[in-house]
Amino acid sequence: MYESVIGLEIHAQLLTQSKIFCGCSTRTGDPPNTHVCPVCLGLPGALPVLNRRAVELAAQAAIALGCTIHPTSVFARKNYFYPDLPKGYQISQYDRPLATGGSLQIATGGLAREIGLIRVHLEEDAGKSLHEGFPDSDRFARVDFNRSGVPLIEIVSRPELHSAAEAAEFFSRLRSILVAIGASDGNMEEGSLRCDANVSVRPGGATAMGVKTEIKNLNSFRYVQRALEFELERQTAVLEDGGRVIHETRLWDPAANRTHPMRSKEAADDYRYFPEPDLPPLRIEDAWIERLRASLPELPDARRRRFVASYGLPEYDAGVLTASPALASYFEATAAAAGNAKAASNWIMGELLGLLNERGIGIERAPIAPSALADLIRLVDSGTISGPTAKAVFAAMYTSGRGARAIVDAEGLARVDDEALIARTVAGVLAANERAVRQYHEGKRQTFGFLVGQVMTAMQGRANTEIVNRLVRRALEEGPA
Amino acid sequence: MPRSFSRDDVRAIARLARLELSEAELELFARQLTGILEYADQVRDVDTAGVAGVSAAGTGAPMRDDEVQPSIPRDDILRQAPGTAGSGFFKVPRVLS
Repeated sequence: MYESVIGLEIHAQLLTQSKIFCGCSTRTGDPPNTHVCPVCLGLPGALPVLNRRAVELAAQAAIALGCTIHPTSVFARKNYFYPDLPKGYQISQYDRPLATGGSLQIATGGLAREIGLIRVHLEEDAGKSLHEGFPDSDRFARVDFNRSGVPLIEIVSRPELHSAAEAAEFFSRLRSILVAIGASDGNMEEGSLRCDANVSVRPGGATAMGVKTEIKNLNSFRYVQRALEFELERQTAVLEDGGRVIHETRLWDPAANRTHPMRSKEAADDYRYFPEPDLPPLRIEDAWIERLRASLPELPDARRRRFVASYGLPEYDAGVLTASPALASYFEATAAAAGNAKAASNWIMGELLGLLNERGIGIERAPIAPSALADLIRLVDSGTISGPTAKAVFAAMYTSGRGARAIVDAEGLARVDDEALIARTVAGVLAANERAVRQYHEGKRQTFGFLVGQVMTAMQGRANTEIVNRLVRRALEEGPA
Repeated sequence: MPRSFSRDDVRAIARLARLELSEAELELFARQLTGILEYADQVRDVDTAGVAGVSAAGTGAPMRDDEVQPSIPRDDILRQAPGTAGSGFFKVPRVLS
């Protein structure tokens, strides 16, 4: 048996308006090279000036992850050549990062574990190279520097993850935290959140690490899981065949569902790091850290626990509802306005998320506001409409954007409590179903349910079920044997 | 770090910096770099016990507010480039094999 050892390196784009060392916009989706200046193009003589907001967001992420923030950290140059790195070095942090330590709790298969973190540091992103897709791509590449100098944090876990599922769970939990505190938008399609994995296997019980490979391009939870499953299996097969794993960087190819070698790391990278002479050390006073700590919103874990404790929700429901801050807030607003948390949770997790997911719409753009959903819940709780009617009203609310009360009034959907009307309908149904009535009196009592159903159908599902039950029973008992 | 620079050390550094050096240059730079190293050793030998450490600036890195400033017009920037693709990109020789 082989044991898997996995460590993750996650890069998250910080949610600033401007780049980390210059005032160019960080906005995505604009034409190439429209957010560039001498600093982020690496023109000679240009000097970087640190963006305070980037430092604050990085520090808040570090606080949320329980890291120790260092009063002094140092920017360093990581030197390498690539067309999308115009200065010939990336400004990063090396031997004195912003923060070290900390941990993140994961839970897989009902088992909670703390995964240690090594560090959190600040750095700038590189530009973007386009290698393919143009008529002369066999000879040329294109470079867009809009991304160059966008602020990132790199978060490095300890090699303490032992399965692909654990790694995916870690990545997912980390994303939830970064999004909840507003440090990153966590958008993986646009590259705001990226994951690389260091992976090795070793015989069960061994303490020495096996030779690792680094897997790049894991920009979704599913890719993390599938790529690591593939790689762990591949390495195990190599070792079982008596071979050896080569220390290399491998690229995940989602189309082929496999990893393939990118470059060998046998000759260790030599980035010739040295302290960035253009930036004095970054100093963060305790008072600043405390202000940042105080302004942190509630973290997903704490919110989940509170949902269980104060709303009485099952663990599973609380987990689903706290998956994103927007969803959690939607639930809280609905529960408060409706005065019924359990019903709010049921409607959101059932009908609402069902429709939204089906249509690929985020909760932020749900066509039903929390107050509108709460109105619907109150109509059910007050007995104005029946459960089945409520589902129809909900569907109408979703498509028309109208309020529950307006739909109920306009369509005449309010529950019918009129005993005389119900009694007349019951009499009619019984008269039309003589055979079922006879069977009831012969002792086949289940025809009772059938007759109630017939009455409800006759009244378009709007009759008060309690009254229908009572009147059908009375009519049967009083009627001719 | 070595106490002196060999020609192989210089060759390795030159490779990282994408520089092509002649044998004579390897020899020259090995000698000059060794000289710099010796100077650094002299500085290190100075008795600094009791002298507080200083770094570039005592107050730390100055910071700016997170405000977007105008970027440089793209045409002006691309005019400086040796190659552009006509579609707003910088154009460079293909890097992937």
